[in-house]
Amino acid sequence: MEYTLKDTPALETQTLEVSLGPQHPSTHGVFRMNVTLDGETILKLKPVMGYLHRNHEKLAENMSWLGSMPYTDRLDYICSMTNNFAYALAVEKLAGLQVPERAQYIRVIMAELTRLVNHTLLIGFLLNDLGAFFTPVLYAFREREKILDLFEAVAGSRMMCNYFRFGGVKVDVTSDFIPRVRQIINKYPKFLDEFEKLLSENEILMARCQNVGVLPKELAINAGISGPMLRASGVPYDVRKVDGYSIYNRFKFRVPIGEKGDVYDRYYIRILEMRESINILDQAIKEIPDGEFITKEGGVGARSPRNFKPPKGEAYGRIEAPKGELGFYLVSDGTMKPYRYHVRAPSFINLTVLEDMCLGQKVADAIIILGSIDIVLGEVDR
Amino acid sequence: MFGLGVLKGMLVTFKNFILSYFTKERLTTVQYPEERIPEKERFRNFPFLIYDDKPEDLRCVSCDICAKECPPKCITIVRDKDEQGRPLKRPKVFDIDFTICMNCGICEEVCPFDAIFMDHEFELAEFGRFEDLNYHKEDLLKSAEYFAKIRPSDAARIDAKRREKTAKAQTETQTQNPGTGPTK
Repeated sequence: MEYTLKDTPALETQTLEVSLGPQHPSTHGVFRMNVTLDGETILKLKPVMGYLHRNHEKLAENMSWLGSMPYTDRLDYICSMTNNFAYALAVEKLAGLQVPERAQYIRVIMAELTRLVNHTLLIGFLLNDLGAFFTPVLYAFREREKILDLFEAVAGSRMMCNYFRFGGVKVDVTSDFIPRVRQIINKYPKFLDEFEKLLSENEILMARCQNVGVLPKELAINAGISGPMLRASGVPYDVRKVDGYSIYNRFKFRVPIGEKGDVYDRYYIRILEMRESINILDQAIKEIPDGEFITKEGGVGARSPRNFKPPKGEAYGRIEAPKGELGFYLVSDGTMKPYRYHVRAPSFINLTVLEDMCLGQKVADAIIILGSIDIVLGEVDR
Repeated sequence: MFGLGVLKGMLVTFKNFILSYFTKERLTTVQYPEERIPEKERFRNFPFLIYDDKPEDLRCVSCDICAKECPPKCITIVRDKDEQGRPLKRPKVFDIDFTICMNCGICEEVCPFDAIFMDHEFELAEFGRFEDLNYHKEDLLKSAEYFAKIRPSDAARIDAKRREKTAKAQTETQTQNPGTGPTK
Protein backbone atom coordinates (compact mmCIF):
# COMPACT_ATOMS: atom_id res chain seq x y z
CA MET A 1 0.00 0.00 0.00
CA GLU A 2 1.25 3.42 -0.84
CA TYR A 3 1.78 5.74 2.07
CA THR A 4 1.05 9.40 1.46
CA LEU A 5 0.93 12.54 3.53
CA LYS A 6 -2.85 12.47 3.46
CA ASP A 7 -2.88 9.39 5.67
CA THR A 8 -0.94 11.00 8.49
CA PRO A 9 -2.71 12.98 11.15
CA ALA A 10 -1.80 16.62 11.69
CA LEU A 11 1.96 16.81 12.28
CA GLU A 12 2.91 17.37 15.89
CA THR A 13 6.23 18.80 16.90
CA GLN A 14 8.07 18.08 20.06
CA THR A 15 11.03 19.59 21.76
CA LEU A 16 14.07 17.39 21.96
CA GLU A 17 16.55 17.19 24.76
CA VAL A 18 20.12 16.52 23.74
CA SER A 19 23.06 16.06 26.01
CA LEU A 20 26.13 17.48 24.30
CA GLY A 21 29.09 16.03 26.06
CA PRO A 22 30.78 15.28 28.43
CA GLN A 23 32.84 13.27 25.98
CA HIS A 24 32.13 15.45 23.00
CA PRO A 25 35.01 16.56 20.79
CA SER A 26 33.78 20.12 20.55
CA THR A 27 33.29 20.81 24.24
CA HIS A 28 37.00 21.41 24.88
CA GLY A 29 37.11 18.87 27.63
CA VAL A 30 34.66 17.11 29.89
CA PHE A 31 31.89 19.67 29.80
CA ARG A 32 28.23 18.89 29.23
CA MET A 33 25.53 21.06 27.76
CA ASN A 34 21.98 19.86 28.25
CA VAL A 35 20.23 21.45 25.32
CA THR A 36 16.50 21.63 24.66
CA LEU A 37 15.88 21.93 20.97
CA ASP A 38 13.01 22.89 18.75
CA GLY A 39 14.22 21.47 15.48
CA GLU A 40 17.66 23.01 15.30
CA THR A 41 16.94 26.03 17.45
CA ILE A 42 18.07 26.14 21.03
CA LEU A 43 15.31 26.83 23.54
CA LYS A 44 17.19 26.11 26.70
CA LEU A 45 20.78 25.34 27.56
CA LYS A 46 22.01 24.08 30.86
CA PRO A 47 25.74 23.77 31.39
CA VAL A 48 26.87 20.90 33.61
CA MET A 49 30.30 21.28 35.12
CA GLY A 50 32.39 19.48 37.64
CA TYR A 51 33.61 16.43 35.76
CA LEU A 52 37.18 17.57 36.18
CA HIS A 53 36.91 18.79 39.74
CA ARG A 54 40.18 18.06 41.50
CA ASN A 55 39.70 19.85 44.78
CA HIS A 56 42.38 22.37 43.93
CA GLU A 57 41.44 24.93 46.56
CA LYS A 58 41.15 22.50 49.42
CA LEU A 59 44.37 20.76 48.41
CA ALA A 60 46.15 24.08 48.48
CA GLU A 61 44.88 24.74 51.99
CA ASN A 62 46.66 21.61 53.13
CA MET A 63 50.13 22.21 51.80
CA SER A 64 52.85 24.81 51.99
CA TRP A 65 52.41 28.08 50.13
CA LEU A 66 54.91 27.11 47.49
CA GLY A 67 53.56 23.59 47.28
CA SER A 68 50.50 24.70 45.37
CA MET A 69 52.55 26.56 42.76
CA PRO A 70 52.92 23.44 40.57
CA TYR A 71 49.20 22.84 41.00
CA THR A 72 48.37 26.27 39.63
CA ASP A 73 50.05 25.15 36.40
CA ARG A 74 47.31 22.62 36.09
CA LEU A 75 44.43 25.08 36.33
CA ASP A 76 44.58 26.55 32.90
CA TYR A 77 47.06 24.13 31.49
CA ILE A 78 47.59 26.08 28.30
CA CYS A 79 48.93 29.16 30.07
CA SER A 80 50.73 27.92 33.16
CA MET A 81 53.02 30.94 33.29
CA THR A 82 50.18 33.39 33.88
CA ASN A 83 48.66 31.18 36.57
CA ASN A 84 51.99 31.18 38.35
CA PHE A 85 52.14 34.92 37.90
CA ALA A 86 48.79 35.56 39.56
CA TYR A 87 49.51 33.28 42.48
CA ALA A 88 52.99 34.69 43.02
CA LEU A 89 51.57 38.20 42.89
CA ALA A 90 48.94 37.40 45.51
CA VAL A 91 51.44 35.82 47.89
CA GLU A 92 53.90 38.65 47.42
CA LYS A 93 51.18 41.12 48.30
CA LEU A 94 50.39 39.10 51.40
CA ALA A 95 53.98 38.70 52.53
CA GLY A 96 55.13 42.12 51.37
CA LEU A 97 57.92 40.76 49.19
CA GLN A 98 59.72 42.84 46.63
CA VAL A 99 60.59 41.56 43.19
CA PRO A 100 63.86 42.51 41.47
CA GLU A 101 63.74 44.44 38.22
CA ARG A 102 65.07 41.65 36.05
CA ALA A 103 62.54 39.21 37.43
CA GLN A 104 59.74 41.67 36.72
CA TYR A 105 60.79 41.86 33.10
CA ILE A 106 61.19 38.09 32.81
CA ARG A 107 57.69 37.71 34.24
CA VAL A 108 56.18 40.15 31.78
CA ILE A 109 57.95 38.48 28.86
CA MET A 110 56.71 35.07 29.96
CA ALA A 111 53.17 36.33 30.47
CA GLU A 112 53.02 37.91 27.05
CA LEU A 113 54.49 34.84 25.37
CA THR A 114 51.80 32.85 27.13
CA ARG A 115 49.18 35.18 25.73
CA LEU A 116 50.53 34.48 22.25
CA VAL A 117 50.36 30.75 22.91
CA ASN A 118 46.82 30.89 24.22
CA HIS A 119 45.32 33.13 21.57
CA THR A 120 47.03 31.29 18.71
CA LEU A 121 45.76 28.01 19.99
CA LEU A 122 42.28 29.32 20.67
CA ILE A 123 41.86 30.63 17.15
CA GLY A 124 43.02 27.30 15.79
CA PHE A 125 40.51 25.41 17.88
CA LEU A 126 37.71 27.86 17.20
CA LEU A 127 38.13 27.19 13.51
CA ASN A 128 38.22 23.51 14.24
CA ASP A 129 34.80 23.92 15.83
CA LEU A 130 33.64 25.76 12.73
CA GLY A 131 34.62 22.85 10.57
CA ALA A 132 37.92 24.11 9.17
CA PHE A 133 39.22 20.83 10.27
CA PHE A 134 42.79 20.83 11.59
CA THR A 135 44.56 22.95 8.99
CA PRO A 136 44.47 26.15 11.08
CA VAL A 137 45.11 24.17 14.26
CA LEU A 138 48.25 22.66 12.85
CA TYR A 139 49.52 26.04 11.70
CA ALA A 140 48.79 27.32 15.18
CA PHE A 141 50.52 24.37 16.81
CA ARG A 142 53.57 24.89 14.65
CA GLU A 143 54.02 28.44 15.91
CA ARG A 144 53.09 27.59 19.47
CA GLU A 145 55.74 24.90 19.59
CA LYS A 146 58.47 27.50 19.09
CA ILE A 147 57.34 29.31 22.22
CA LEU A 148 56.93 26.09 24.18
CA ASP A 149 60.48 25.11 23.24
CA LEU A 150 61.58 28.38 24.76
CA PHE A 151 59.62 27.63 27.93
CA GLU A 152 61.23 24.23 28.12
CA ALA A 153 64.71 25.65 27.72
CA VAL A 154 64.11 28.17 30.49
CA ALA A 155 61.75 26.51 32.96
CA GLY A 156 62.32 22.83 32.26
CA SER A 157 58.87 21.93 31.05
CA ARG A 158 56.80 22.80 28.05
CA MET A 159 53.46 23.21 29.72
CA MET A 160 53.78 22.65 33.46
CA CYS A 161 56.37 25.34 33.88
CA ASN A 162 56.32 25.92 37.66
CA TYR A 163 58.67 28.80 37.01
CA PHE A 164 57.64 31.62 39.31
CA ARG A 165 58.72 31.89 42.91
CA PHE A 166 57.70 34.32 45.60
CA GLY A 167 60.05 37.24 45.09
CA GLY A 168 61.27 36.39 41.63
CA VAL A 169 61.57 33.42 39.33
CA LYS A 170 63.02 29.97 39.86
CA VAL A 171 66.13 30.33 37.77
CA ASP A 172 67.60 32.97 35.50
CA VAL A 173 66.82 32.78 31.81
CA THR A 174 69.35 31.09 29.57
CA SER A 175 71.90 33.21 27.74
CA ASP A 176 70.22 32.67 24.38
CA PHE A 177 66.78 33.59 25.69
CA ILE A 178 66.64 37.21 24.57
CA PRO A 179 67.84 36.49 21.01
CA ARG A 180 65.28 33.72 20.75
CA VAL A 181 62.45 35.93 21.93
CA ARG A 182 63.63 38.51 19.44
CA GLN A 183 63.48 35.86 16.72
CA ILE A 184 59.96 34.89 17.71
CA ILE A 185 58.63 38.43 17.77
CA ASN A 186 60.26 39.15 14.44
CA LYS A 187 58.53 36.23 12.82
CA TYR A 188 55.20 36.30 14.60
CA PRO A 189 53.63 39.24 12.77
CA LYS A 190 54.34 37.46 9.51
CA PHE A 191 52.59 34.37 10.78
CA LEU A 192 49.65 36.45 11.98
CA ASP A 193 49.36 38.07 8.58
CA GLU A 194 49.31 34.67 6.97
CA PHE A 195 46.78 33.42 9.48
CA GLU A 196 44.56 36.39 8.83
CA LYS A 197 44.84 35.94 5.10
CA LEU A 198 43.79 32.35 5.60
CA LEU A 199 40.77 33.23 7.68
CA SER A 200 39.71 36.80 8.36
CA GLU A 201 38.17 37.44 4.97
CA ASN A 202 36.90 33.95 4.44
CA GLU A 203 33.23 34.24 3.51
CA ILE A 204 32.29 31.01 5.21
CA LEU A 205 33.87 32.13 8.43
CA MET A 206 32.16 35.49 8.24
CA ALA A 207 28.78 33.93 7.54
CA ARG A 208 29.14 31.57 10.44
CA CYS A 209 30.57 34.05 12.95
CA GLN A 210 29.09 37.44 12.32
CA ASN A 211 26.00 38.29 14.39
CA VAL A 212 26.20 34.94 16.11
CA GLY A 213 26.32 34.71 19.88
CA VAL A 214 26.06 38.42 20.51
CA LEU A 215 26.92 39.42 24.04
CA PRO A 216 25.51 42.88 24.85
CA LYS A 217 27.69 45.32 26.74
CA GLU A 218 25.36 45.60 29.73
CA LEU A 219 25.06 41.86 30.18
CA ALA A 220 28.80 41.43 29.88
CA ILE A 221 29.40 43.95 32.65
CA ASN A 222 26.62 42.63 34.88
CA ALA A 223 27.79 39.04 34.57
CA GLY A 224 31.33 39.95 35.52
CA ILE A 225 32.83 38.89 32.23
CA SER A 226 36.44 39.84 31.75
CA GLY A 227 39.23 39.54 29.26
CA PRO A 228 38.92 39.44 25.49
CA MET A 229 35.23 38.56 25.75
CA LEU A 230 34.42 41.77 27.59
CA ARG A 231 36.54 43.83 25.27
CA ALA A 232 34.91 42.27 22.23
CA SER A 233 31.62 43.60 23.58
CA GLY A 234 33.08 47.09 23.53
CA VAL A 235 34.18 47.66 27.12
CA PRO A 236 37.76 48.93 27.29
CA TYR A 237 38.69 47.14 30.49
CA ASP A 238 42.09 45.56 30.81
CA VAL A 239 43.60 44.75 34.20
CA ARG A 240 47.03 45.52 32.79
CA LYS A 241 45.88 49.11 32.24
CA VAL A 242 43.52 49.45 35.19
CA ASP A 243 45.71 47.89 37.83
CA GLY A 244 49.14 48.34 36.27
CA TYR A 245 50.38 45.37 38.27
CA SER A 246 54.01 44.32 38.06
CA ILE A 247 55.58 46.80 35.62
CA TYR A 248 52.83 47.00 33.03
CA ASN A 249 52.42 50.74 33.44
CA ARG A 250 55.86 51.20 31.86
CA PHE A 251 54.83 49.80 28.52
CA LYS A 252 52.93 51.51 25.78
CA PHE A 253 50.18 49.38 24.32
CA ARG A 254 46.63 49.77 23.15
CA VAL A 255 43.58 47.89 24.32
CA PRO A 256 41.66 46.70 21.27
CA ILE A 257 37.88 46.66 21.62
CA GLY A 258 35.17 45.15 19.47
CA GLU A 259 31.91 46.64 18.31
CA LYS A 260 29.16 44.06 18.35
CA GLY A 261 30.40 41.38 20.67
CA ASP A 262 29.69 38.51 18.30
CA VAL A 263 31.88 35.49 17.67
CA TYR A 264 33.74 37.24 14.85
CA ASP A 265 34.66 40.13 17.13
CA ARG A 266 35.87 37.71 19.74
CA TYR A 267 37.97 35.97 17.13
CA TYR A 268 39.39 39.15 15.68
CA ILE A 269 40.13 40.82 19.00
CA ARG A 270 42.51 38.04 19.83
CA ILE A 271 44.52 38.64 16.70
CA LEU A 272 44.72 42.32 17.59
CA GLU A 273 45.73 41.48 21.15
CA MET A 274 48.51 39.26 19.90
CA ARG A 275 49.85 42.17 17.91
CA GLU A 276 49.80 44.30 21.05
CA SER A 277 51.55 41.52 22.98
CA ILE A 278 54.31 41.52 20.40
CA ASN A 279 54.53 45.26 20.93
CA ILE A 280 54.95 44.79 24.70
CA LEU A 281 57.50 42.02 24.19
CA ASP A 282 59.47 44.25 21.88
CA GLN A 283 59.67 46.97 24.52
CA ALA A 284 60.42 44.51 27.31
CA ILE A 285 63.36 42.81 25.69
CA LYS A 286 64.88 46.18 24.84
CA GLU A 287 64.66 47.38 28.42
CA ILE A 288 65.44 44.21 30.38
CA PRO A 289 68.24 44.96 32.86
CA ASP A 290 70.86 42.66 34.32
CA GLY A 291 70.71 41.74 37.94
CA GLU A 292 69.15 39.31 40.32
CA PHE A 293 66.34 37.03 39.26
CA ILE A 294 65.09 36.48 42.82
CA THR A 295 65.54 38.39 46.05
CA LYS A 296 67.63 36.86 48.82
CA GLU A 297 64.54 36.49 50.97
CA GLY A 298 62.65 34.84 48.14
CA GLY A 299 65.53 32.45 47.49
CA VAL A 300 65.47 31.30 51.11
CA GLY A 301 61.71 30.85 50.87
CA ALA A 302 62.04 28.76 47.72
CA ARG A 303 64.61 26.47 49.34
CA SER A 304 62.56 25.83 52.47
CA PRO A 305 58.87 26.27 51.69
CA ARG A 306 57.81 24.98 55.10
CA ASN A 307 59.46 27.91 56.81
CA PHE A 308 57.78 30.46 54.59
CA LYS A 309 55.06 31.98 56.75
CA PRO A 310 53.41 35.15 55.55
CA PRO A 311 51.95 37.39 58.30
CA LYS A 312 48.27 37.23 59.18
CA GLY A 313 46.06 38.95 56.69
CA GLU A 314 44.39 38.63 53.35
CA ALA A 315 45.31 39.56 49.82
CA TYR A 316 43.86 39.45 46.36
CA GLY A 317 46.30 39.30 43.49
CA ARG A 318 44.94 39.64 40.01
CA ILE A 319 46.33 39.71 36.54
CA GLU A 320 45.04 39.94 33.03
CA ALA A 321 45.38 36.30 32.07
CA PRO A 322 44.83 35.46 28.39
CA LYS A 323 41.31 34.33 29.23
CA GLY A 324 40.35 37.20 31.50
CA GLU A 325 40.90 38.40 35.01
CA LEU A 326 42.59 35.66 36.97
CA GLY A 327 42.70 36.33 40.69
CA PHE A 328 43.85 34.50 43.76
CA TYR A 329 42.26 35.42 47.06
CA LEU A 330 44.37 34.24 49.94
CA VAL A 331 43.92 34.43 53.69
CA SER A 332 46.86 33.72 55.92
CA ASP A 333 46.70 32.87 59.59
CA GLY A 334 50.45 33.15 59.93
CA THR A 335 51.19 29.46 59.44
CA MET A 336 52.88 27.55 56.65
CA LYS A 337 49.55 26.78 54.99
CA PRO A 338 46.99 29.13 53.49
CA TYR A 339 43.91 29.47 55.67
CA ARG A 340 41.74 30.21 52.68
CA TYR A 341 42.64 29.90 49.06
CA HIS A 342 40.23 30.92 46.38
CA VAL A 343 40.67 31.17 42.65
CA ARG A 344 38.70 33.61 40.55
CA ALA A 345 38.89 31.66 37.35
CA PRO A 346 38.08 33.63 34.20
CA SER A 347 36.95 30.58 32.23
CA PHE A 348 34.35 29.71 34.84
CA ILE A 349 32.87 33.18 35.13
CA ASN A 350 32.91 33.76 31.38
CA LEU A 351 31.02 30.53 30.95
CA THR A 352 28.03 31.82 32.92
CA VAL A 353 26.69 33.78 29.96
CA LEU A 354 26.73 30.78 27.66
CA GLU A 355 22.97 30.29 27.79
CA ASP A 356 22.20 33.95 27.15
CA MET A 357 24.35 33.90 24.06
CA CYS A 358 23.02 30.61 22.74
CA LEU A 359 19.25 31.10 23.03
CA GLY A 360 17.57 31.22 19.67
CA GLN A 361 20.69 30.09 17.85
CA LYS A 362 21.26 26.82 16.06
CA VAL A 363 23.04 23.82 17.58
CA ALA A 364 26.06 24.28 15.36
CA ASP A 365 26.32 27.87 16.58
CA ALA A 366 26.33 26.78 20.21
CA ILE A 367 29.54 24.92 19.50
CA ILE A 368 31.34 27.94 18.12
CA ILE A 369 29.94 30.21 20.84
CA LEU A 370 31.39 27.86 23.40
CA GLY A 371 34.63 27.83 21.45
CA SER A 372 34.79 31.61 21.35
CA ILE A 373 34.41 31.90 25.13
CA ASP A 374 37.77 30.18 25.37
CA ILE A 375 37.38 27.82 28.28
CA VAL A 376 39.80 25.30 29.67
CA LEU A 377 38.06 22.74 31.81
CA GLY A 378 40.99 22.48 34.16
CA GLU A 379 40.20 26.01 35.22
CA VAL A 380 36.41 25.81 35.11
CA ASP A 381 36.16 22.81 37.41
CA ARG A 382 39.40 23.24 39.37
CA MET B 1 33.58 39.21 -5.26
CA PHE B 2 32.04 36.50 -3.18
CA GLY B 3 34.40 33.62 -2.59
CA LEU B 4 37.58 35.63 -2.98
CA GLY B 5 38.36 35.26 0.72
CA VAL B 6 38.02 31.50 0.49
CA LEU B 7 40.32 31.43 -2.52
CA LYS B 8 42.90 33.54 -0.73
CA GLY B 9 42.80 31.13 2.18
CA MET B 10 43.23 28.19 -0.15
CA LEU B 11 46.26 29.89 -1.63
CA VAL B 12 47.81 30.10 1.82
CA THR B 13 47.16 26.40 2.36
CA PHE B 14 48.66 25.59 -1.02
CA LYS B 15 51.70 27.72 -0.31
CA ASN B 16 52.21 25.96 3.00
CA PHE B 17 51.83 22.58 1.36
CA ILE B 18 54.42 23.28 -1.33
CA LEU B 19 56.85 25.05 0.95
CA SER B 20 56.72 22.30 3.52
CA TYR B 21 58.82 20.26 1.11
CA PHE B 22 61.53 22.89 0.87
CA THR B 23 61.70 25.12 3.92
CA LYS B 24 62.81 23.64 7.19
CA GLU B 25 60.70 26.09 9.14
CA ARG B 26 57.48 24.68 7.78
CA LEU B 27 58.61 21.09 7.97
CA THR B 28 58.48 20.61 11.68
CA THR B 29 57.70 16.92 12.08
CA VAL B 30 60.42 14.80 13.62
CA GLN B 31 60.33 11.04 13.00
CA TYR B 32 60.56 10.31 16.69
CA PRO B 33 62.13 6.95 17.52
CA GLU B 34 64.71 7.30 14.78
CA GLU B 35 65.24 11.04 15.00
CA ARG B 36 65.24 12.96 18.24
CA ILE B 37 65.14 16.59 19.15
CA PRO B 38 68.21 17.40 21.26
CA GLU B 39 67.28 17.53 24.93
CA LYS B 40 67.33 20.84 26.67
CA GLU B 41 69.58 20.98 29.66
CA ARG B 42 66.90 22.18 32.06
CA PHE B 43 64.32 19.66 30.89
CA ARG B 44 62.98 17.81 33.88
CA ASN B 45 61.24 14.52 34.19
CA PHE B 46 61.24 12.19 37.18
CA PRO B 47 63.83 12.50 39.95
CA PHE B 48 66.84 10.26 40.55
CA LEU B 49 69.30 9.82 43.39
CA ILE B 50 72.90 10.71 42.83
CA TYR B 51 75.99 8.89 44.10
CA ASP B 52 79.56 10.01 43.86
CA ASP B 53 81.87 7.04 43.29
CA LYS B 54 80.26 3.81 44.39
CA PRO B 55 76.50 3.17 44.52
CA GLU B 56 76.87 2.63 48.28
CA ASP B 57 77.92 6.19 49.07
CA LEU B 58 74.79 8.06 48.29
CA ARG B 59 74.67 11.76 48.83
CA CYS B 60 71.28 11.32 50.44
CA VAL B 61 71.40 11.45 54.24
CA SER B 62 67.69 10.61 54.58
CA CYS B 63 66.81 13.95 56.16
CA ASP B 64 63.25 13.57 54.83
CA ILE B 65 63.01 17.20 53.67
CA CYS B 66 62.11 16.30 50.08
CA ALA B 67 59.45 13.86 51.29
CA LYS B 68 57.88 16.56 53.43
CA GLU B 69 58.01 19.26 50.77
CA CYS B 70 56.83 17.08 47.89
CA PRO B 71 53.38 18.47 47.01
CA PRO B 72 51.74 15.16 45.99
CA LYS B 73 53.75 13.23 48.62
CA CYS B 74 55.25 10.64 46.30
CA ILE B 75 58.49 10.05 48.22
CA THR B 76 58.81 7.49 51.03
CA ILE B 77 62.01 7.45 53.06
CA VAL B 78 62.96 5.11 55.87
CA ARG B 79 66.21 5.81 57.68
CA ASP B 80 68.73 3.01 58.01
CA LYS B 81 69.94 1.79 61.42
CA ASP B 82 73.08 0.04 62.55
CA GLU B 83 73.17 -3.14 64.66
CA GLN B 84 72.65 -1.25 67.91
CA GLY B 85 69.60 0.46 66.49
CA ARG B 86 71.19 3.89 66.16
CA PRO B 87 70.03 5.84 63.13
CA LEU B 88 72.49 6.18 60.27
CA LYS B 89 72.82 8.96 57.74
CA ARG B 90 71.61 6.93 54.82
CA PRO B 91 68.23 5.74 53.65
CA LYS B 92 67.16 2.15 54.02
CA VAL B 93 64.14 2.66 51.83
CA PHE B 94 63.85 5.41 49.27
CA ASP B 95 60.81 4.98 47.08
CA ILE B 96 59.42 7.39 44.53
CA ASP B 97 56.07 6.49 43.08
CA PHE B 98 56.20 7.69 39.49
CA THR B 99 52.47 7.30 39.13
CA ILE B 100 52.08 10.11 41.68
CA CYS B 101 55.09 12.29 40.92
CA MET B 102 54.20 15.34 38.83
CA ASN B 103 57.73 16.42 37.80
CA CYS B 104 57.52 19.76 39.58
CA GLY B 105 61.16 19.76 40.64
CA ILE B 106 60.55 20.98 44.18
CA CYS B 107 62.52 18.06 45.71
CA GLU B 108 65.56 19.11 43.74
CA GLU B 109 65.22 22.70 44.87
CA VAL B 110 64.80 21.99 48.56
CA CYS B 111 67.46 19.28 48.93
CA PRO B 112 70.24 20.77 51.08
CA PHE B 113 72.68 17.99 50.14
CA ASP B 114 72.28 18.09 46.34
CA ALA B 115 71.33 14.45 46.42
CA ILE B 116 68.20 14.37 44.26
CA PHE B 117 67.90 15.72 40.75
CA MET B 118 65.45 15.67 37.93
CA ASP B 119 66.28 13.22 35.16
CA HIS B 120 66.02 13.50 31.40
CA GLU B 121 64.85 9.92 30.98
CA PHE B 122 61.27 9.79 29.74
CA GLU B 123 60.81 6.41 28.06
CA LEU B 124 59.56 4.64 31.16
CA ALA B 125 56.55 2.67 29.99
CA GLU B 126 55.79 -0.47 31.99
CA PHE B 127 53.22 -3.22 31.81
CA GLY B 128 52.14 -2.99 35.44
CA ARG B 129 50.23 -0.09 36.82
CA PHE B 130 51.33 -0.03 40.43
CA GLU B 131 54.46 -1.78 41.62
CA ASP B 132 56.32 -1.47 38.33
CA LEU B 133 56.26 2.30 38.52
CA ASN B 134 57.09 2.50 42.20
CA TYR B 135 60.83 3.03 41.88
CA HIS B 136 63.01 1.83 44.74
CA LYS B 137 66.39 3.04 45.87
CA GLU B 138 68.30 0.71 43.54
CA ASP B 139 66.34 1.82 40.49
CA LEU B 140 66.79 5.49 41.29
CA LEU B 141 70.55 5.45 41.72
CA LYS B 142 72.58 7.19 39.08
CA SER B 143 76.18 8.30 39.05
CA ALA B 144 77.54 11.83 39.28
CA GLU B 145 79.09 11.34 35.84
CA TYR B 146 75.66 10.74 34.38
CA PHE B 147 74.45 13.95 35.98
CA ALA B 148 77.43 15.84 34.59
CA LYS B 149 76.62 14.44 31.17
CA ILE B 150 72.96 15.45 31.07
CA ARG B 151 73.28 18.78 32.87
CA PRO B 152 76.84 20.03 32.51
CA SER B 153 76.39 23.59 33.72
CA ASP B 154 74.32 22.63 36.79
CA ALA B 155 76.83 19.91 37.65
CA ALA B 156 79.75 22.35 37.43
CA ARG B 157 77.97 24.82 39.70
CA ILE B 158 77.02 22.20 42.26
CA ASP B 159 80.44 20.55 42.26
CA ALA B 160 82.08 23.89 42.95
CA LYS B 161 79.65 24.52 45.81
CA ARG B 162 80.28 21.09 47.29
CA ARG B 163 84.04 21.43 47.08
CA GLU B 164 83.85 24.73 48.88
CA LYS B 165 81.64 23.21 51.54
CA THR B 166 83.94 20.24 52.18
CA ALA B 167 86.99 22.51 52.31
CA LYS B 168 85.21 24.67 54.86
CA ALA B 169 84.12 21.65 56.87
CA GLN B 170 87.68 20.32 56.89
CA THR B 171 89.15 23.53 58.23
CA GLU B 172 86.39 23.67 60.83
CA THR B 173 87.02 20.15 62.02
CA GLN B 174 90.75 20.90 62.24
CA THR B 175 90.21 23.96 64.39
CA GLN B 176 87.11 23.02 66.38
CA ASN B 177 85.91 19.83 67.98
CA PRO B 178 86.09 16.93 65.57
CA GLY B 179 83.03 14.81 64.85
CA THR B 180 80.41 17.44 64.10
CA GLY B 181 79.74 17.61 60.44
CA PRO B 182 77.94 20.42 58.69
CA THR B 183 74.66 18.58 59.09
CA LYS B 184 72.18 18.26 61.88
